Formats: sequence, structure tokens, C-alpha cells
Amino acid sequence: MADKKVHLIVKRQEGPDSAPYWEEFEVPHTPGMNVISALMETRLNPVTRDGKRVRPVTWDSGCLEEVCGACSMLINGRPRQSCSALVDNLEQPIRLEPFSKFPVLRDLMVDRSPMFEALKRIKAWVPVDGTYAMGPAEKIDPAQQQEMYKYSECMTCGCCLEACPQYNDSSAFVGASAIGQAYLFNMNPTGKTLKDDRLDEMMGPGGVVDCGNAQNCVRVCPKGIPLTDAIAAIGGQVTLHAVKRLLRQ
Amino acid sequence: MSGRVIIVGGGLAGLAATIKVAEAGVPVDLFSVVPVKRSHSVCAQGGINAAKNMKGEGDHPDIHVTDTLFGGEYLADQPLVRRMCDEAPNIIDLLDRMGVTFNRTPEGFLDFRRFGGTLHNRTAFAGATTGQQLMYALDEQVRRYEAASLVEKYEYWEFLSAVKDGEGRCRGIAAMNIWDREVKVFRANAVCICTGGPGMVFGKSTNSVINTGAAASRVWQQGVWYANGEFIQVHPTSIPGADKLRLISESVRGEGGRVWVPRNPADKRDPVEIPDSDRDYFLETKYPKYGNLVPRDVATREIFSVCVDENRGINGENMVYLDITPARSGKDGEVLERKLGGVFEIYRKFAGDDPIQRPMRIFPGMHYSMGGLWVSPVDGGGQVRQKTNVPGLFSAGEVEFQYLGANRLGANSLLSCIFGGFTAGPRMVEWIASHPEEADESVYSDELKRQNAENDKVLGMNSGGENAFALHRELGQAMTAQCTVVRRNEGLRQLMDKLGELEERWSDIDVNDASTPVNQSFAFTRALFDMIQLAKAMAKGALLRDECRGAHYKPDFDLEKPEKEQLGDHRMTDAYKGFVRELEAKHGVEYDAKFKEAPAGTAPAAPEFQEYMRNWVEQQKRWSKTTLATWKPNAEPDIEFRDVVMTCEPPKPRIYK
Ligand SMILES: Cc1cc2nc3c(=O)[nH]c(=O)nc-3n(C[C@H](O)[C@H](O)[C@H](O)COP(=O)(O)OP(=O)(O)OC[C@H]3O[C@@H](n4cnc5c(N)ncnc54)[C@H](O)[C@@H]3O)c2cc1C
Ligand code: SF4
Ligand code: SF4
Ligand code: FES
Repeated sequence: MADKKVHLIVKRQEGPDSAPYWEEFEVPHTPGMNVISALMETRLNPVTRDGKRVRPVTWDSGCLEEVCGACSMLINGRPRQSCSALVDNLEQPIRLEPFSKFPVLRDLMVDRSPMFEALKRIKAWVPVDGTYAMGPAEKIDPAQQQEMYKYSECMTCGCCLEACPQYNDSSAFVGASAIGQAYLFNMNPTGKTLKDDRLDEMMGPGGVVDCGNAQNCVRVCPKGIPLTDAIAAIGGQVTLHAVKRLLRQ
Repeated sequence: MSGRVIIVGGGLAGLAATIKVAEAGVPVDLFSVVPVKRSHSVCAQGGINAAKNMKGEGDHPDIHVTDTLFGGEYLADQPLVRRMCDEAPNIIDLLDRMGVTFNRTPEGFLDFRRFGGTLHNRTAFAGATTGQQLMYALDEQVRRYEAASLVEKYEYWEFLSAVKDGEGRCRGIAAMNIWDREVKVFRANAVCICTGGPGMVFGKSTNSVINTGAAASRVWQQGVWYANGEFIQVHPTSIPGADKLRLISESVRGEGGRVWVPRNPADKRDPVEIPDSDRDYFLETKYPKYGNLVPRDVATREIFSVCVDENRGINGENMVYLDITPARSGKDGEVLERKLGGVFEIYRKFAGDDPIQRPMRIFPGMHYSMGGLWVSPVDGGGQVRQKTNVPGLFSAGEVEFQYLGANRLGANSLLSCIFGGFTAGPRMVEWIASHPEEADESVYSDELKRQNAENDKVLGMNSGGENAFALHRELGQAMTAQCTVVRRNEGLRQLMDKLGELEERWSDIDVNDASTPVNQSFAFTRALFDMIQLAKAMAKGALLRDECRGAHYKPDFDLEKPEKEQLGDHRMTDAYKGFVRELEAKHGVEYDAKFKEAPAGTAPAAPEFQEYMRNWVEQQKRWSKTTLATWKPNAEPDIEFRDVVMTCEPPKPRIYK
């Protein structure tokens, strides 16, 4: 037990424009450790399995409790959070790769800014009048709150986009997470005043029509967000919206 | 309006400040070392306080004030606490309007629940992810201003220093793009530091890994005072992971969880195979009446002392068992699952074990810093609330010291962060209107040169024998051992020496990476220096404060309490009466009668209690003061103590009968 080891195979890349390569590390096993703690261990003595001294591995992380969305990577080929990936539940050697659908900044760290841009595109906010004391908000039925809550847990981790066959750097598809957010804000009593704008966006190129309904997204979402329900609901809203627009013309 | 504002940090405090400034039509540059949506505030689970009295319990902001002051053992400047608690109900309404998915009552109103330190249902919550939901609501509003070009975000930019002119006024900041290490200087007429807590100074804590405290340390090293640094809240039960300490709610003990260690520390058996006769249920033994339900701070201290002082933790490590298995807690598994399912989920996910099957392994975890950058408690007389002692430099959120005193009440920090941000915003807007002048270009180019030189120095550190991450572990271990739960002057003295040693060894770090893209080793090494500095403020404050107050527990200076039967009502003692009269004269107020007069028919105080109260009053006079630390290069910080503004209530002793 005492000298149990963890074997990591890490896909490395010096910078955005360099070619990727692989390096292997072996670190001591501690009970209950996750992928991040294994990576942390490599930093204490950054020497590969075959004894080469290398630069410490770069990765993204924050909360270490699966709520900030920072630490996404491909672990044994599956998009997921490295902070909640326990070593004992993984097959060894553990292969770590950066997401493939986003530009690599270095090693396991990628640039997910398109996700935040998508939130602007779909106006993912409630247009409040101002921040002064204007009294309470509208009441919300608890069942509706429960429905909204599911989507409000989206932490912009990008797992759903990594898994989606329709999402890639040559398509304009906003992806499942943004569709989930459009659905959430269309549900809010004040948020829905921007519903038409959101549906215009969802109707256009890169909108919900680009979804091929492969359902990969919902299978990988670490927060268990029912993305395909939102996709279906937004699809329905878009159809109605299109008819309304036609009638108006 | 002319002039720009820079806000550093996009947690709840930074976002709240940003919204207020942008709403006034003033452009904001918002800096954050991670995308703001990933700030540490997302970790808060429990909720946010506001005395909205939605449950017909007669709750009122007045009671919220009293609970907060009492909980913080009267170290918070009182007018601020008053304002915060008065404003809390409006803040909740606003957050609700912004779309926070707060839990609801059947009729659709906001639901409130009870939290520690109060008798009222005062805490609004959104599932088990309140912090995340509040963060997203504010983030969305900021994104709206971003789309309208009033806010420009600099995400993945790390704050390095304030740009100060010859007169010591803050004129902007120097920051580094962590993607490519480029340092730039940015102009502003007002800057606000909202960079959150310093958990990483303790190695592992319940905080996010980005909470290094480096930004606070950097402005401290530039002349901002650091206040009440010694007040560090430790949560009694967290899962000690190899990477961090994850919070486990105290409700587990409430439902029958029992704390124990093997009688023989070398006992390597699976805990389920260790019979009761070989277990030491040390809380139950020592506190037969309360058992495992002793108050939070007592539980924390006992667990700590069993592991650290007596070396009796599981396998010699800093861990004890928290046993909620049906066999030991006597509770039905299904019932437990229904009540504690959320907590069990965290444990299953991160510890990979099932608390229903096998006892949890827990240890107290550093959780929150009450101390932080000094900001003015008052407006007027040249002072502006939320402004530091450096003109033009403001601060809000966990990184500043106000509102919570010597100990924070659960669910009060989300409130103080948002309230602080909402206060700082409008004040900066006023400030820039009266300070529109532009600083000389040389002020900026000088700072740029300084920061580039510092970077070059650190990048060139490649011949030494130290590893930055290993040195950080040592820092964390030393701080956790000497400067968290139990403090002793001897240990603190050693700690100060250790910090000096770590500072020296820091220069001997091999950064082992001179490359440009996302150079974490280099950035961490820079931050580590600043962590060591900040640790000195905390440790020195703890060393000098010879008393017990709130989270600061120094057993060698605990006031000796009379026997339970001899305790009485403090308002019946002469010492207390005299003390209150003095305070009234000093602060020019007359406190409400309820703080001064015991109800008719209250028994007179026993002589032993009179004696105790005399000592207690002496302690208050000596120590109910704000600690102010001033940074000194290559030396220990200077510490001075300042009076606290007590215009609402006189302090009262903490007596459990
Ligand atoms: C596990 C946990 C649970 C909690 N639960 C509760 C609760 O239920 N109720 C409650 O009231 N409180 C709770 N708290 C406390 C509360 O979450 C924090 O006090 C609060 O969120 C701090 O907010 P902030 O805005 O001050 O800082 P943060 O949210 O930490 O934000 C800091 C910001 O500064 C940025 N930053 C930091 N350093 C730099 C730098 N050098 N350069 C540029 N940017 C930088 C970061 O990127 C981030 O954007 C909890 C804390 C923890 C750890
Ligand atoms: S359903 Fe399929 S195509 Fe549509 S978003 Fe999900 S993964 Fe992509
Ligand atoms: S929907 Fe799920 S997988 Fe997609 S970004 Fe949000 S949390 Fe991540
Ligand atoms: S570090 Fe935040 S989700 Fe993993």
C-alpha cells in the first residue's frame, strides 16, 4: 500500500502555437486523491517517469469542489472536472489532455472565452431598471424556482461543448450551455422581456437549429443539467416565434 | 463625467462595486486573475442574512446588529454594522429582482432558514449553492454593462501594484497578463481592491486556490494598513483532502454524528472494525452534558488539540473520525439520507467513501479571514468609507477588515461583501468628481519599470535549491500549526522566526520555468513572497494580542471564570455599570436602557462574579481595539492598536450558563 503509485500521461504543449507532445509522471498515491492533487504532486518535483527534469505542468483550477468550472479537461478521453475525478475510480495510466474544441494556451489550459461571448449574444441577464430600493420582486412559484435552479447551476465549464459533435471552431453554434441559459432567462418574470431578442439569436445561424440532437451534452454535464429538455423547449419557442414573426410581416 | 475607475477582483464585492459605478455612467476597468464568473464567491453554500422577518418571529435589523456585534465580540465599528443590517433586506430584494433562484415558500415568497449565532430564520438561500447564484446574478448585470461598453474586463490579469504618485496618491495599477506575462500600467482616478480572502497563506483551507492574499499583501507593502489580521475563522469540520479542505456542514453532529479517535494512535484497523472499547469519544468524555454538540469553537479546539498537541490523530495525521453510521449514531440510514443527503454527496464525491457505511475523516479547516485591509469606518473629516489610508485607493469584500469584528457569523460575509461593494461604488464616483486631475506620465513609466525589473528578478531565479510549491507547503503547515485554533506566545514567536527563515529561503527558489505562455511557476513564486509577508501581519497581531476574543484563542490569557452557580447578570455589577458610563461619555451617546439595566427582580451579582467582571472590563479597555499592522521591509511589521467606534451598543461578556 505504502508505495502505491499513480501513473499520469499528460499531453503537453509549450504555448498556443507549438506542437503537442506527451510526458509521463509517477507520483505517490494518497487515499482519496483526485487528479488535481496528483498534478500538484508533480509540481513538487517535476521529473518525468524516465527521470527527465521538465517544466511544471500548467492547468486551470479554482474552487476544487466542482462549482467554479475552471478545471475541465479530458480525462481518459472523457470531458470532466479534474477536481472531482478521483484517482481510485480511474483506470491507470490516467491520460490527461486539454479540451480539443478550444485553443490551447498551454498544457492542459484552454481559452474558453467564446463561452462568455455566447452569454452576451443571447443576453443572458435580467434587465432590471436599477439597483435602488424599488421593493420586492414578483413572487415565484416553488415549482418554477426548482425548474430554474437546475439551469442556474451551469458553471460554464464547457464539458457539454467538448462532447458535442456540432460544436467546433469552424461553426457558429452557441452550444448546449448557452441554450440552457436562454431557456432559464426566458423563464424569469423580468428576464422574459428579452425573449424575442434571444429567440432571434436562437433562430439564426449558430442557434438551436444547429443542434443535431446527439445528446452527448447531457451525458457529460457534471452538474446534471437537463440540457436536452432546454434544447427541446427552446426549439418549440423558436417555432412559435417564427410563426409570430411571419404573421407580423 | 470624466475619469475612470479600476476595480480589482470580480467576486461579489468587486461585481457589486462595478455595477454601482457603471450605473452612474462612469467607465470601469475590471481586473481579475480568473474569469470573474469563477471567483471564489461561488463556493458559498449556506446563504445570506437579512432580517426581513418573514416568519413572524419579530426579527428586526436591530437584532441582526446585536447578533453580529456579539458574534464578533465587539471588534467591528458599530455604525457600519448598523448600516449593513439596515440595508440587508433591500439587498435581498434587489438580488431577487436580478433573478437569483432563491428557495421559495409554498406561496412563492422568499424562504428563510436558521443559521448559527441567531435565534431567527434570517438566512435566504438558493439550494446548496447560494454563493454561486448570487455571483451569477451580479456577473450577468456586469455583462450587460460590458455589452454596453461601460465595463471593460481584464480577465486573466493579475494585479501587481498600485501606481502611486509623489504625494502618495493612487493613480492606477500595474497588472500582468498571465497568458503572456506582459506587464502594463493602467490609469484611474480611483482604484478598489476586492481580491477576497487569504486562505492559501495557510496552505490548505476551504478557500479556492486563487485566494492567495497576494494582492492585499502588495498594497500593504505599499503603505495600506492591514487590520485585525490575527482573526482567522476555522471551521470545525472539513474533509482534509490532499489538495484542499472541503467544508462539511455542522448539521452532521446535530443529527447524531460522534467524534472519535482510536485509543491507540497506531491502530491501523478499518474504523468499522474498531470496537467502542478501543475508541476514544473525546468530546463525550470531556463534555458529558453537551457531548458532540459543544459550540463550534470548542469542538474546533478539542479536535485540534487531540491531533496537534497530543498527536493522536488517525494514523498520526491531522484527522479524527466523525461517525454518523447507523450503528453508532443510532439513527436510521434512510432518515439520515433524507436529512443529510447533500452533505453526504460532497463526501462521497470527494472522499470517495460512504458516510453511512464508514465514519468520515474530518479536521478543522481554515475558512475565513475577518482581518484585512484597513478602510475608513466613517465619512467626513477627510475620510471616506471603504477608502484605505492611501488616497484614491478603496477596498471592499473579504479583503478588507470591517463589519464582522473578531468572528464572523455564518451567512454574514456574502452580505458584507455586497454591501461593501455597493458602498464603495458611489464613493469612488464622488471621489473621481473631486479628483479629476491626470497624473504625470512618468509616474506610470516608473512603476512599469519597477514591476518589469521585479519580474526579471524572479524569472532569473534558477540556480537555487528550493521548490516554490514545497516552500508553500511549509508556510501553510507552520501557519496552521501556530496561528489558527490555539495560539501560544512561544509558538507564535517561533512562527515569526520561521517566517523570516522562509523569506530568506524564498530567494533560493528555482523557478524552473522562464517561458512566456501561462507561466504558473513564476507567477506563484512571486505571489509566495507576498503570502509570506501577509503571514507576518497575522502572526504578529496574534503574538501581541494577549487575550481571548472571537476566533483568537490564547489559553494562557483566558480570563478565569467563576463557577457556574456564581455567574450572574453582567448589568448587575458595578464594574460593568462604570464601564458603560465611560463608554457613553467617550462616544457621546446614550445606549438603550436594555443594554444597561437588568430586568426587575434579577438576582444581585455574587462577589466572585463581580471580581470576574472587573477583570473583564480591564480586558475590554485594554483590548477592544483594532490591530493595525504597517509593513516593514526585511523586518517584522509595526503594530498599533486603535479604538473601535461603539456608538450602538456596549460590549457584553460571553457567558454560557
Ligand atoms: C466553502 C465556503 C463556504 C462559504 N459559505 C458562506 C455562506 O454560506 N455565507 C456567507 O455569507 N459566506 C460564506 N463564505 C464566505 C464567502 O464566500 C466569502 O467571504 C466571499 O465570497 C468573498 O467574496 P469577495 O468578493 O470578497 O472575494 P472573492 O469572491 O474571493 O473574489 C476575489 C476576486 O479577486 C480576484 N483576484 C484575487 N487576487 C487577484 C490578483 N492578484 N489580481 C487580480 N485579481 C485577483 C479573483 O479573481 C476574484 O475575482 C464561504 C466561504 C467558503 C470558503
Ligand atoms: S444534443 Fe447533441 S448536437 Fe445538440 S447540443 Fe447536445 S451534444 Fe450538441
Ligand atoms: S451545461 Fe453543464 S457541461 Fe455545459 S457548461 Fe454548463 S455545467 Fe458545464
Ligand atoms: S476547480 Fe472549480 S470546478 Fe474544479
